[in-house]
Amino acid sequence: MFIELGHFAIVLAFALSLVQAVVPLIGAQKNWSGWMQLASTTAVLQFLLVAFSFAAITWAFVTSDFSVLLVAENSHSLKPMLYKVSGVWGNHEGSMLLWVLILAFYGALVAWFGGNLPAPLKARVLAVQSMISAAFIGFLIFTSNPFLRLANPPLDGNDLNPMLQDPGLAFHPPFLYLGYVGLSMSFSFAIAALIEGRVDAAWARWVRPWTLLAWVTLTIGIGLGSWWAYYELGWGGWWFWDPVENASFMPWLVAAALLHSTIVVEKRETLKSWTVLLAILAFSFSLIGTFIVRSGVITSVHAFANDPERGVFILAILTVAIGGALTLFAVRASKLQSNSVFSFVSRESGLVFNNLLLVVATAVVFFGTIWPLVAEITTGRKLSVGAPFFELAFTPFMVLLVIFLPIGSILSWKRAQLGKSVKTLRSAMILAAVVGIFIWSRDTGGRMLAPVGLALATWLIAGVIVDLTSRARLGKIPLAQTLRRLRNLPRSDWGKAVAHAGLGLTIFGISAVTAWEIEDIRVVNIGDRFAVGGYEFQFNSVNRMPGKNYMADLGHVTAFKNDQIVAELYPEKRLYQVQRMPTTEAAIDTTLTRDLYVVLGDRQEDGAWAMRTYIKPFTVWMWIGVMVMSFGGLLSMTDRRYRVASTARRKLPDAVPAE
Amino acid sequence: MKQFFLILMLLASPVWAVQPDEILTDPALEARARVISKELRCVVCRNENIDSSNAEVARDLRLLVRERLTAGDNDEEVLSFVVARYGEYVLLKPPFSLSNALLWGMGPVALLLGLGIALVFIRRKPGALDGSLSQDEQQRLDELLGR
Repeated sequence: MFIELGHFAIVLAFALSLVQAVVPLIGAQKNWSGWMQLASTTAVLQFLLVAFSFAAITWAFVTSDFSVLLVAENSHSLKPMLYKVSGVWGNHEGSMLLWVLILAFYGALVAWFGGNLPAPLKARVLAVQSMISAAFIGFLIFTSNPFLRLANPPLDGNDLNPMLQDPGLAFHPPFLYLGYVGLSMSFSFAIAALIEGRVDAAWARWVRPWTLLAWVTLTIGIGLGSWWAYYELGWGGWWFWDPVENASFMPWLVAAALLHSTIVVEKRETLKSWTVLLAILAFSFSLIGTFIVRSGVITSVHAFANDPERGVFILAILTVAIGGALTLFAVRASKLQSNSVFSFVSRESGLVFNNLLLVVATAVVFFGTIWPLVAEITTGRKLSVGAPFFELAFTPFMVLLVIFLPIGSILSWKRAQLGKSVKTLRSAMILAAVVGIFIWSRDTGGRMLAPVGLALATWLIAGVIVDLTSRARLGKIPLAQTLRRLRNLPRSDWGKAVAHAGLGLTIFGISAVTAWEIEDIRVVNIGDRFAVGGYEFQFNSVNRMPGKNYMADLGHVTAFKNDQIVAELYPEKRLYQVQRMPTTEAAIDTTLTRDLYVVLGDRQEDGAWAMRTYIKPFTVWMWIGVMVMSFGGLLSMTDRRYRVASTARRKLPDAVPAE
Repeated sequence: MKQFFLILMLLASPVWAVQPDEILTDPALEARARVISKELRCVVCRNENIDSSNAEVARDLRLLVRERLTAGDNDEEVLSFVVARYGEYVLLKPPFSLSNALLWGMGPVALLLGLGIALVFIRRKPGALDGSLSQDEQQRLDELLGR
């Protein structure tokens, strides 16, 4: 019954979304306030209806109602509760329902908190948002209906893929979708601005928090995904340049570019059409990502051809949304006049360069991802593009980005003196060079990765510190005044500092673990002790232990350093009984300076066990950096001027000297 | 979504990859084998190199690579030996060839092109940079100063 009500609710939401896509648009054109206001009401209603459908499906999962096809296919009565709930989005239909729910949620947020938006802009934004909503609810109802019933329900379900029964992956999709779908807000604002033919500082202030929110959640989502890969896949890899990963990385890169270019629009009222284009591109990459993952087209052209219905539907959405948006852009972009100029050496130029590098890097990832497909379709050649290509083709742009970042971020607006900025940053430069040379001289392998990576990380973090201390005039005025100046810095400046430092920490973690990881593969007898990179490992035992819905071989390894016990490790091999699928659970001991990573392999005929042991220096900093970056984004998002922002267009800027 | 799970499964089935009995006794040779293995694709897997794959064919290929290395081939020769048998498909890094020019050249060309466009955009009104304020700016300054 509940399920049928949920089904009914989603159909109602579809009808409402069609109304909301049309009526407010006409209202805004004719200036009929009633028609415009309708958008807020329907947006909230739409959210409530979709939320109800989502709750209905969730309820079916929680109560293991196997008369629902989706539940029977993807759940099991013995599954732990967390995974019963996360099982809702651990499959195609449910994950699309989550997509739609988040879309409706963002619409409702605009209705609730967009009180200070001018009525026509708000109406248009909500109308565009609802067009996307209609397209995806339509997709859900017509190709991926989660509400189908079974005439003869099975006694128990098929279970969720064991790989997905994991806390990291349980929360990975919701965050990723919050990011993907969050970019739809920037998109809707961009389309609304094109229709109005007007982009100004106030518009940028409204768009920026949404873009930041999308970027922050995408950052967390990608971070969770790579963390999951790190501990679950059994050899500590954390990024594979897989098409599915690239699908989430491309919107992230463009969103990063977008949130920098909105700063220029806000402060200097220039780069307007470029910013609108970026907003369109960012969401386009979200759609492309959804298409890549949902249609399976990249995996194999044949998989797509065998079950084309869903792929074609998303391709149609993609074509209409991207094609329509770009056409509108081509027609209207000339209306967006930028009226300020800046010199070649200026903060604006720095941000243009940032945008350029991020967009080119995105293009490289995009080309690499679709190249096998393009080659096969055009010339029939079958080829592969994998991690070694991306590492070589993508990294140089990131290196350039990081080299220019600290300089660009302290240049003054409009016209700056390069010499002055370089002078300010001299200490950071020297420190970075010293770190690089020191590591280069000690690294006997002669590889450049560690020295360059660590020098760049130092350069970024030291650059942030130099920027903060020089703005607070540390040492030039009394300490109390310095602290007050620091406290009075706008929160978005703190956000910038924290996010840039976070990037530095991530680069540090990546470089350190890539350059200095030690790996050991061997066969070990129970009771044996072996040495790896300064540590000794004692293999104590393997016991068979039952889990809730799996059987496990639980190993016990004790790690020593200088004959002191530093960690007890319990690597596991599991066999999930319903799906007959084995998984490995690596045992990881994490400290700030290293991860000890032990994986239990196969039992050998003589009773010994194969074992992989890794010493991974400073790995944890990779994810600390990701968290710090996200936190920086949140700080920026809560800046005062985005809350009071926009009480009226064209108001005087805040008294705080926001840089 | 099924595709997605398939990928996860392929990626995630207990990765046993290089097994203890495959490892060469000469550490320098073994290190080279590992590097080469990371550039070769496991042909039945998805986006997985033979070094981290636990498929049977990946193991065969790993052993083949080590065999060639022991026989005295250099890295290039090993790669071309494998390509000659399995085709271009096994290379995770497409070669720098004319047919891949677009793939490899796209990034640098796009960057140069973008720089050119940006330069034109920034230089579009060089006269306005002589230090004097535009009319709008003057007006805004007046507003700010409360004149």
